[in-house]
Amino acid sequence: MKEVLDDIERWRADGHRVAVARVVGVEGSGPRDPGATMVVNDTGEVAGSVSGGCVEGAVVEEALAVLAGTHDRGVVSFGYSDDEAFAVGLTCGGTIHVFVEPLDW
Amino acid sequence: MSDSIYELLRDALRAEEPAALATVTAGPTVGAKLLVRPDVAPVGTLGDPDLDRVVARDARGELESGLTTTRHYGTRGEAREHEVSVFIESFAPPPRMVIFGAVDFTAALVKAGKVLGFRVTVCDARAVFATRARFPDADDVVNDWPDRHLAKIGSELGPRDAVCVLTHDAKFDVPALVGALDTDAGYVGAMGSRRTHADRVARLREAEVGEDAIRRVMAPIGLDIGARTPEETAIAICAEIIALRTGRPAPSLRDTDGSIHG
Repeated sequence: MKEVLDDIERWRADGHRVAVARVVGVEGSGPRDPGATMVVNDTGEVAGSVSGGCVEGAVVEEALAVLAGTHDRGVVSFGYSDDEAFAVGLTCGGTIHVFVEPLDW
Repeated sequence: MSDSIYELLRDALRAEEPAALATVTAGPTVGAKLLVRPDVAPVGTLGDPDLDRVVARDARGELESGLTTTRHYGTRGEAREHEVSVFIESFAPPPRMVIFGAVDFTAALVKAGKVLGFRVTVCDARAVFATRARFPDADDVVNDWPDRHLAKIGSELGPRDAVCVLTHDAKFDVPALVGALDTDAGYVGAMGSRRTHADRVARLREAEVGEDAIRRVMAPIGLDIGARTPEETAIAICAEIIALRTGRPAPSLRDTDGSIHG
């Protein structure tokens, strides 16, 4: 969270809405530990990361959907066993759970 | 208007003050938050006062050990139930690296320590060497004797912290080590050849430092990776700090013999 504070503050100052995605669970081999944070603003600008780059694109889409109100805040999971493994899975074979929410707190 | 939880958390992070943020990730109140800080009342609610009380207690414990984890509760905080998942994220202040000796290896170790997220202090009794201009990356540059500086900050050092003694000079490094071994620092390392260290061990025994404490000293400092330059040595030291923390079997120079430099 700390490393993306400057981006959050800049976006807030410019009147942007912000979504926060945080790794809240890792099973097996995962690239980032719980707490790894990525933030996305309503224009799709991104700071930080939640993986080694494997699932960032999907998390940005989820964050934008949460900001748009088409998805509820909640946990999205990515992993080898996922149906979408070939699309956005982790190449390392682990599973990560990412909590995505608007910064409205 | 009172500050939001985000603003309180932001201010704590910027001030490097400890804080834990609890967020409901599954259950009836997804997204609900409780901000927990030492010595002040929690801010926010997870949706039930009993749940708040139990999570605040757990969050304080997690924060003390610097852990970030998801825990499960009943809706009123009951243990061994799984109706509510709470992600407790600890924001502990950065670990500290205290480097004694403003020598040519110090600047490289300051840089490497910063990369690893340490708050880095350089301490040297010689004012002409311990200057901010020589160590622009250090968080603090202190002009003091090692034992005096450790008397001030030693009680703050814990298992996540590192003390690196690079002075190469018995008149500084023996008091620095005596002081460092009296702290709970997770890593204590000392630079110098195997012969220098044998002499140092004799001096530590004269100073009535116990054998268990002497065994804590990683000396010669760093992993046995054939480091030659200050930069390579800094990496060898930082890698040793990581290996000691994780308990992985990496070859420390302390436990090998033969030449230090590749």
